[in-house]
Amino acid sequence: MWVYQKKLEYPVRVSGPNPRLAKVIITQYGGPDGELSASLRYLNQRYSMPTDKARGLLTDIGTEELAHMEIVATIFYKLTRGVSPEQMQAAGLGGHYAQHNHALFWSDPEGVPWIAAYVQATGDPITDLTEDMNAEQKARSTYEHLIHLSDDPCVTDVLRFLRQREVVHFQRFGEALNDLQGFLSSKKVF
Amino acid sequence: MDNKQEKPQTPETVKPEDGIKAENINNLREQMLLEIQQLEFTAIELNLYLDTHPDDQQALNLYNSVVPQLRQCIEAYEQRFGPLFHFGMSTSRQPWQWICSPWPWDL
Repeated sequence: MWVYQKKLEYPVRVSGPNPRLAKVIITQYGGPDGELSASLRYLNQRYSMPTDKARGLLTDIGTEELAHMEIVATIFYKLTRGVSPEQMQAAGLGGHYAQHNHALFWSDPEGVPWIAAYVQATGDPITDLTEDMNAEQKARSTYEHLIHLSDDPCVTDVLRFLRQREVVHFQRFGEALNDLQGFLSSKKVF
Repeated sequence: MDNKQEKPQTPETVKPEDGIKAENINNLREQMLLEIQQLEFTAIELNLYLDTHPDDQQALNLYNSVVPQLRQCIEAYEQRFGPLFHFGMSTSRQPWQWICSPWPWDL
């Protein structure tokens, strides 16, 4: 089970309302390479992993990604807090406002809702861990694009933290994959 | 470049103490939270490393040394600002403090 901690993994500050920045950052909430995809992908793939290292790592990184989803949600919430419908519309969030007002929703910047087809679980541990490494790189690239788009240094600071976590996760998944390949080849010998 | 941070709102649950401004209490809350976040980050990072390097004695020693420091900081924070955990992991004063603001997205 999971236990909630009434705090964020990393503090989130914003310089002020910024619906234009919120509009693009929502992709790391509910876009294809966002934190919802990441957390659900890893927590769901755990069950078909044959090694304890892979099971443990997917549990822990999946859990950390839930905390990252909360960080991204907090950024969006703070950037749109108190923003008028007219300002939402002018920032390209008119569609979001029409359907969700100031509530959060899992979509990409174009409003395309999150779908389970963004993630996969093949039951083949090599395939799944390779997908996970790929997912971390896609998320890293997306955070870099968001850093290029950000005009709020406080938000950029958080985006840099999140980007760096993707790099670490990629590294750890690579080590789990190497370990798994060793495990599978040793099984064939005996 | 505007580096000014959003001025934090006064948490409703914390009453200004004699001679201490509400803003200072809020600063203290964030300062104590930051200490927890820093120690917990060390723990998270070492945890993930140990998942794929379970025999690394040095990393394990470091992880184990962070645990009591983190617990101590959490306890000190909870004494002042109420529970950080639910579901039996933290006690509460009367009335039930878990539901008190601020929530993480409002800090």
